[in-house]
Formats: sequence, structure tokens, C-alpha cells
Amino acid sequence: MSDEHADTAGHGSVGHVVPMPLLVGVFASLLVLTVVTVAVTYVDLGSLNLLVAMGVAVVKGSLVVLFFMHLAWDRPFNAVVFITALLFVTLFITFILLDTKQYQPDIIPGQAPALERR
Amino acid sequence: MSDPPHLAHHFDTPEQQFASGKLGMWIFLATEILFFGGLFVAYAVYRANHPEIFDFAHTLLDKRLGGLNTVVLITSSFTMALGVRYAQLGQTRKLVTSLIATLVLAGGFLGVKAVEYEHKWKHGLLWGEHYQSHEGHDAHGDGHAEDAHTEGAHAEEPAGDERSNIAPSATGPTGLAKPGQHDPVDDHAEPDNVHIFFGIYFSMTGLHGVHVIIGMGLILWLILRARRKEFVDGYFTPVDLVGLYWHLVDLIWIFLFPLLYLIK
Repeated sequence: MSDEHADTAGHGSVGHVVPMPLLVGVFASLLVLTVVTVAVTYVDLGSLNLLVAMGVAVVKGSLVVLFFMHLAWDRPFNAVVFITALLFVTLFITFILLDTKQYQPDIIPGQAPALERR
Repeated sequence: MSDPPHLAHHFDTPEQQFASGKLGMWIFLATEILFFGGLFVAYAVYRANHPEIFDFAHTLLDKRLGGLNTVVLITSSFTMALGVRYAQLGQTRKLVTSLIATLVLAGGFLGVKAVEYEHKWKHGLLWGEHYQSHEGHDAHGDGHAEDAHTEGAHAEEPAGDERSNIAPSATGPTGLAKPGQHDPVDDHAEPDNVHIFFGIYFSMTGLHGVHVIIGMGLILWLILRARRKEFVDGYFTPVDLVGLYWHLVDLIWIFLFPLLYLIK
């Protein structure tokens, strides 16, 4: 057991070590994508702007999660936990938006709903 | 048996101990995502119903400072990832250097944030004064205003008109952007309830900032332990788990930045 731990130079007991070129590559990609997402705001694409911004953010987030957070080589169950959380946030946002879009037209501006004006 | 000293008695092997710690950390991160999820929902609902407020209000935020902070935080994430790598390889000196770099960058992030918050503060964009009761001055507001606005900051403004409270923001925080940049603001009337955007802004960035501060404390703790040469011989679990936390803080900022600063 202790022999295994003496082997710190390789991929022994410490699990997978992310290669340096990959870390640098991910870092460089994140910086480039940050510049892209700022630059694209100077072009008016209408509602596409939000989609592009979120798309870039998802790509950046995936790079962070897969490589910086090591999930690409992790036990699959950790990914299940993570993706479950994302799934529930997505459900939350989706249903709340459906709900608010349904009821917002009934709200009289300037008044709290279901309260009589004094 | 020659168990390594860091192996707790209730684990069979260091691998099992590491995997358990990591699973626990991922579950914690899942709760963090749900925690921030509520604020993202608040954002989504308010933006879906009042897009004009977001179109207006984000012009009061400086893209360049936000972008700078994104770069700072991504760089700190990179140095943290380097730190985990050096901890795995047992290279204590490089680990300490990486952790100190991460700590300094985190401090830089908070510094830029402090500059941004200060401008909002000076221009009356904090949330507090907008959440006073309307009871005292709902009729025509002529004479009751002083009751609610004892500060005197708005004494000269027409009372009872909520918009008067946020009028100073129409000029934008000075020193953040060039005057010409706010032309759209001058062309269009300022929508009501801009302060709710700033309520959401301060909630999201504030909670994120608290996470940065906690992360700085954790990184400092790692630096102290690393200097005592505790992360050698394959033991690096604390570095890895704090690393995961730090990357999550970065991950959340990656989404906050475009949502708050880059609306148009």
C-alpha cells in the first residue's frame, strides 16, 4: 500500500492527472470564448443575442466542468449527481416561466394581485 | 498493515476515502446549483415579464469591468487546476505558488467588484430606499414625503413619484463609461422599477461574492497545510475538493456575466 503511494510521479494512487497542455488549452479556449461573447454584443442579432450568449456560456461551463473539475475522468455517479441538479434547475425555470406567462396578463400594473386599492 | 496516516479508520483504502469525499463534494455542489437556481428563476421571471427594464438597466453596468472580472476568475480557476495537478504530483512548492496566485486573483476579483458596487452606491442604485411603505404618501404625495424619506437626499424631488427615487441612475455611474455610450438611455424614457433589476443584480453577485470570500478562506487554509508539507505521498483530497468548489464559483460567474452585463 505504501509503495503505491510513493509512486507520485505517475498515474498510480492519485488517479488521473490532467496533462499540462490540456489545462493550458482549456484556459486559452475560455479566454477566447470570453472575448467572443463580449464581441458578439456589439452586433445586433435581435433575440439571437441571448441564445449566442447562453450557448457560449454553456460551452465555457462544459470546458470547466469536464476538464478543470475533472468530470471527464471521474466516476460516472458524480456526473449523475451534477446533471440531476442541472435538470431540476431547468425544470424549475421552465415551469415557472410557463406559469408566469399564463398569469402575467391578468395582473393590473401598479397593483399587487388580489389586493383592493385603498 | 501500513496504512497511510491520512486514512480514517472507517475507510478500507485511501481510494475509497477519496471517492467518498469526492461524491460528498459533488452532492454539496448540486445543492449549491439548486441554491443559485432560485435566483436564476427570479431573474428569468422578471426578465420574461419586463424585458425593457433589463435593456435599460444593464447599460448602467460596465461590460469592461465585468469582462475583466471574468478573465480574472477564469485565470484563478486555471491556477487552481494547476494546484490540483501539483498536489497530485506531490510538488509542494509549485502547489503553494499556484494557491497563492489563486488567492491573489480572487482578491483582485473582489477589488473590481468593490469598485463596481461603490459606483452603484454613489448613484443611489442600492435597494434599501426603494422598499419603503407607500402608506404615507400614496394620495398625491405633497407633504408626506419627508416622513418616508428622512434622508433628505430626495427632498428636492417631487414626492410620491417612485421614479424620482431612481432618477440619478439615468446619467449612469460616472467614471465607468463614456458619456456618449449612454445615448440610448437619453433617447428612451427610463422604465419604472429599475431598482428591481438592481435587487436581482445585488442578490446574484452578492451571493456569488460571499462564495468567493469563503473560497479565499479555504484556499488560505490549503496554503497553510501545504506549507506544512501535508499534501505529499498521494494525499491531496482537500486540494481537489476546494478546487471543485472554486471551479463551481467560476462556473456560476460564467453564467452571471452574460446574463447581467451582456444583455445587448
